[in-house]
Amino acid sequence: MSRLTDTNVAIANEIIARYPRPKSALIPLLHLSQEQNGYVTDAAMKHIAELVGVTPAEVLGTASFYEMFKFEPVGKYVINICGTMSCALMGSEELLHHAEHRLGIKAGGTTADGLFTIEHAECQAACTEAPCLQVNYRYRFRMTPQQLDALIDDLAAGKLAEEIPPHGTLARVRQHIPADRSVGAVPPEAPGQEPAWMNGKAAL
Amino acid sequence: MDERKGRAVTGTYAHAAGFIAGDRPKIVTSRFEYADSHTLERYLATDGYKGLRAALARPAADVHEEVKNATVLGRGGAGFPAGTKWGLMPQGNFPRYLVVNGDESEPGTYKDRLLMERDPHQLIEGCLIACYAAGLTRCFLYIRGEMATAQERVAAALNEAYAAGYVGRNILGSNFSVDIVLHWGAGAYVVGEETALIESLEGNRGMPRLKPPYFPAAIGLYGQPTIVNNVETLANLPWLARNGAEAYTAIGTKTSPGTRMVAVSGHVKRPGVYEIVNGTTTFRDLLYGDEFCQGIRNGNKLKAFVPGGGSAPWFLPDQLDLPFEASQVGPAGSMLGSGAIMVMDETTDIPHAALTLTRFYAHESCGKCTPCREGGTWLERILTRIVEGNGTDADLEQLIEVGTSICPGDFPHASSERLGLGAVPFPYKMTTICFVGPSAYAPVNSALTLFPEEFAARVTTRNRIPVTAVGGE
Ligand SMILES: Cc1cc2nc3c(=O)[nH]c(=O)nc-3n(C[C@H](O)[C@H](O)[C@H](O)COP(=O)(O)O)c2cc1C
Ligand code: SF4
Ligand code: FES
Repeated sequence: MSRLTDTNVAIANEIIARYPRPKSALIPLLHLSQEQNGYVTDAAMKHIAELVGVTPAEVLGTASFYEMFKFEPVGKYVINICGTMSCALMGSEELLHHAEHRLGIKAGGTTADGLFTIEHAECQAACTEAPCLQVNYRYRFRMTPQQLDALIDDLAAGKLAEEIPPHGTLARVRQHIPADRSVGAVPPEAPGQEPAWMNGKAAL
Repeated sequence: MDERKGRAVTGTYAHAAGFIAGDRPKIVTSRFEYADSHTLERYLATDGYKGLRAALARPAADVHEEVKNATVLGRGGAGFPAGTKWGLMPQGNFPRYLVVNGDESEPGTYKDRLLMERDPHQLIEGCLIACYAAGLTRCFLYIRGEMATAQERVAAALNEAYAAGYVGRNILGSNFSVDIVLHWGAGAYVVGEETALIESLEGNRGMPRLKPPYFPAAIGLYGQPTIVNNVETLANLPWLARNGAEAYTAIGTKTSPGTRMVAVSGHVKRPGVYEIVNGTTTFRDLLYGDEFCQGIRNGNKLKAFVPGGGSAPWFLPDQLDLPFEASQVGPAGSMLGSGAIMVMDETTDIPHAALTLTRFYAHESCGKCTPCREGGTWLERILTRIVEGNGTDADLEQLIEVGTSICPGDFPHASSERLGLGAVPFPYKMTTICFVGPSAYAPVNSALTLFPEEFAARVTTRNRIPVTAVGGE
């Protein structure tokens, strides 16, 4: 089943309501579908199109621009090895070759058991901790080939299941805006009208 | 166990490892030493939301004036003063929006993720102060897709802040109301460019918009006036609101006041993220100072460094004594950019190092303009060929030719005593919509200009075969 589940439709509607225009919710909703299915399926994109009020082609148009969306199944653990300058200076190419050798796949490939995908990634905003990598967007810093072996062993043995959810799950905390606290996607003032606090007086 | 020490880099905190504290003024990193720095409880115990209270106790225009007087320079790359930018919005056009740029992905840059993971309430408070001062009616906080922990921390902090009455309708019982909506991306460097960020937030492919308008302040999100500010820029506001512009400008220099966060990576003994005094700290202090990086690894010699993120032309040891001051770094041939220094020691293979940056920008081109889409790929392919030992001297000319089609005229570079070379000042001319295209060329130009011998040694000299007829060669 790759349309969004009822629970996820409820989450999706909550997200959509935060934006003045529903299409803004596309990326969060694509993530939600990827969390549910592990990758972005055609059925999910059609469903998202219905929810947001655009065509499925528009959903694909947006989704295909962004690297985190996968349109085919990938490994349960996607290992992104950074190859940009700071990491390269500190030995990331060796790390990537080691991973390829160890798992018997090339960057971009997935192991036959469906457990691992490796990717050549770009700067992960952890350049001082080079060379670094992410497993399903959870960091590992200053990695050596030995540590990479140990990481792969631990992942395969299920030892890191608590810290690292399967591919598709990003943040495990969602924002929730309580109805009685929310201003609403469209401000209460008429279009063009200044907000209440811009009256030249202190608000408190 | 002392809660201020020891635990900060264990467990989940490992995500934000890299920060190195010191005996310097702290404006944005004051809570980093606490293991629970991301919680509302810790935040409130350490002056949290006092800046918001101080701001709300004054008319919005006064708070705006205070930010202007403090000259809070944008920390996202361009260094434009925040207070001035807020003043560029047309009068009487509402709603208007704040979009927070948390897309940090410029090579070498690591600071916004720390600020989001380690002190999310400080960012939230900064957003609130900006919205109050500039009359912004809704805030979208856009976090880079790959930053799962930052998204979790900010979501949790927003949930706490809403429940406690700091965000949403009638904040602290006042007539100030604003929602902060967490939004997150899905992997595309160019989305950090502010108009691409807006496109992405509208649910589109994240391609930069044609300019003019040069600022989204007039026409931004949903066609409305929009302020885009960097995470670190906004994180400065709570301290500023508590302590005032005078205290803020007492740190640093007149033109570059306050502090800034700088990540130093590569071949130094102690790579890390440091909050430094703006304007006065020099590159030498940072690379060699005891409280900073403590010199080059293994006692090696410094070969070159990138002073301001992957897009910045490179500096040589000749430029080490320049301070963190845009008015001096620009004429010297580069820019401060996003506070990211990448250090190369004498063992570095320069053409190869340049390739790791050019490949990045070529890969991240959105494809909207031809010089970037085609040129970036060309640069990457030619450079790869050279690095692999299959290049010819004609390839070197070709690199410059392609580069000149992206950036006509002289490209900025540093001076070099060794080469008897004078500096070409920043900025450059460009044929592209945004800076991704020129950024693909910047490392190539720096490497070729400052280390010509490394390329010469790499390529085979071959006489060009004159083309005499169609289909020749
Ligand atoms: C290609 C490109 C990428 C950028 N990436 C970022 C980024 O990741 N984060 C950021 O804050 N600014 C980035 N910027 C700068 C933004 O366009 C914008 O100037 C900035 O967010 C404004 O905030 P500030 O005035 O507070 O610095 C980028 C610019 C370009 C051209
Ligand atoms: S310069 Fe490159 S990334 Fe920027 S708009 Fe043009 S094609 Fe896109
Ligand atoms: S270069 Fe690898 S994290 Fe920045």
